[in-house]
Amino acid sequence: MKILLSGNEAIAQGAIQAGCSFYAGYPITPQNEIIAYMAKHMPSSRTGVCRTGKGQSQGVFIQAESELAAINMVYGASAAGARAMTSSSSPGISLMQEGISYIAGSQLPAVIVNIMRGGPGLGNIAPAQSDYFQATRSGGHGDYHLIVLAPACVQEAYDLTQTGFDLADRYRVPVMILGDGILGQMMEPVQLSTKKIKVSLAKSWALDGCQGRKPNIIKSFFLREGALEDANLKLQKNYAIIQQKETRYEGLFLSDAKVILVAYGTMARIAKSAISQLRSAGKKIGLIRPISLWPFPQQPFSIKNSRVKYLVLEMSYGQMLEDVRLAVGGRREVEFLGRSGGGVPSEEQIINKVKKIL
Amino acid sequence: MAKIIINQDKCKGCFLCVNFCPKGLIKKSVKLNKQGLNFVEFSPKAGDSTDCIGCMQCAVICPDCCSEVYK
Amino acid sequence: MEKIFKRCQSLYDVPTHYCPGCGHGIAHRLVAEVVDELDIREKTIGIAPVGCAVVAYDYWNFDCSEAAHGRALAVATAIKRVHPQNVVFTYQGDGDLAAIGTNETIHAANRGENLSVVFINNAVYGMTGGQLAPTTLLGQKTSTSIEGREKKAHGYPLKISEMLALLPGVCYIERVSLQSPPEVLKAKRAIKQAFENQINNLGFSLVEILSPCPTYWGLSPKESLDWIRDVMQKEFPLGRIK
Repeated sequence: MKILLSGNEAIAQGAIQAGCSFYAGYPITPQNEIIAYMAKHMPSSRTGVCRTGKGQSQGVFIQAESELAAINMVYGASAAGARAMTSSSSPGISLMQEGISYIAGSQLPAVIVNIMRGGPGLGNIAPAQSDYFQATRSGGHGDYHLIVLAPACVQEAYDLTQTGFDLADRYRVPVMILGDGILGQMMEPVQLSTKKIKVSLAKSWALDGCQGRKPNIIKSFFLREGALEDANLKLQKNYAIIQQKETRYEGLFLSDAKVILVAYGTMARIAKSAISQLRSAGKKIGLIRPISLWPFPQQPFSIKNSRVKYLVLEMSYGQMLEDVRLAVGGRREVEFLGRSGGGVPSEEQIINKVKKIL
Repeated sequence: MAKIIINQDKCKGCFLCVNFCPKGLIKKSVKLNKQGLNFVEFSPKAGDSTDCIGCMQCAVICPDCCSEVYK
Repeated sequence: MEKIFKRCQSLYDVPTHYCPGCGHGIAHRLVAEVVDELDIREKTIGIAPVGCAVVAYDYWNFDCSEAAHGRALAVATAIKRVHPQNVVFTYQGDGDLAAIGTNETIHAANRGENLSVVFINNAVYGMTGGQLAPTTLLGQKTSTSIEGREKKAHGYPLKISEMLALLPGVCYIERVSLQSPPEVLKAKRAIKQAFENQINNLGFSLVEILSPCPTYWGLSPKESLDWIRDVMQKEFPLGRIK
């Protein structure tokens, strides 16, 4: 069945479909539809109790007193074994960074949605992609990573949110769904999944009372000499596996392209429109659209043609640009076009830039 | 008729039990324990009227769970 | 002879990292005794704070979670909502509960979360070296109020328990003290009440414990208990607040 949803609603519906049984959030534009949708549609959200019978998972919805409280509620719910999510937008996500660091350090699964808006500071409520560094470079303290997934359409927002919950549980890491205000607000038809999700609350490490077992402890504090290094190396080992197995991207016309546009999320949609115009005029233009921003997909950048050039497009002043340069390793030219603070590079600006590069 | 057994190696020498024993039966040691601290010793005078009454005040106030009380 | 006072099952038989005469050791034991007496060790989940009691989970023999500084009640809220059949409590110091975590404290209480809170008030930041706490008394010297707390510069000792008592979601608040063995026994009764309230689904319960910090009060352990009795209890009167 297809229904018409906004990107924000699709993320919320995707979470419910994935068996998200705990949501805590705090209002902030442009992601308010997520919190409202969760309040309305999470099963049994009014009772505020997650589980009624044995093994019967039902939802808890809490409007938290702040983003700090929201992310720490997600910490608690995840520690208790629930599939837990919060959502916010840039300033709120900044507030959550400490909690995200604790979630990563405590090896807890969680899904965090950032529908980015303009910054720095209070910025504005226009769409932006200027939180890329914060998302992919561990925005809080310490050596850690989030898996960062960047949907480019409403259907993908729905699908990737579900993938996010699975990855979070599989690797016991926080996963971020990174969108922007355009993706959050625009409406598109979404094919709903009919897959029945079986979410087991049984996680051997989770806190549910130590009946018949030794006590479980959820913590990120390792004071004894060498203990933190050991714990961090364990995280790094996990990250290496994720980097090997979980990169995602879309490639278009890579075999014959002379200029390859690199863009993610909303920016990639505009890039695609520019490409279809350019190709109908006979220009050989391709696209790499990273879907996982961390781990960043290096593989599509190993194109043999030494004359291929890259043009990175962002709704920021050049953040993913650094990852593209690292992937290319100085072997190819990398150009950049970006706007921020509410400005979005247009199809026309992209086409003009491509023509200069060609 | 009662007595206490003190885990001397865990004692941190705060001497709160010494202060609260109503019969004055707990004394500071002159020796040091594993932690390098003066610990406390149970020093009853057997048969004396000042003997331990098992009031448990020493155990209740001990921050380090060093005392076990028998009665 | 029968053993009439022994170490309880909910407390590991290990030495703690606390200073000689520190009240945390007593308060940890009281919580463990209550858990044993209510026979809830296998359904209890404790939340350790950031502060001197940060590794409380190394001493308690039941499930525990860490929480970021001040966020214990946000973490506890979620755990209790996910597992309403479990008994969930936080153990927090004055800096954690009444400074950095005031917001979480007030809102968890105001939502009437069915939780038990053990609040250790020792009028000072212990772990970081004896700085001014929200509950530091007027005139009390700390490393950041060198001449003593002065109302114009530092404000007044924060009476968070009295503030919380105003909230309709709060079911029970009592202030107790560790200044003598009889008071310690009263403190235990209050903790037990707070746990029983949760088991009976009555809502938010908090026990504020006036607890000695000999190291940063610059007093001997016994002098510290006397200071609680003679000075601290005048500012923070004992008894049932709600």
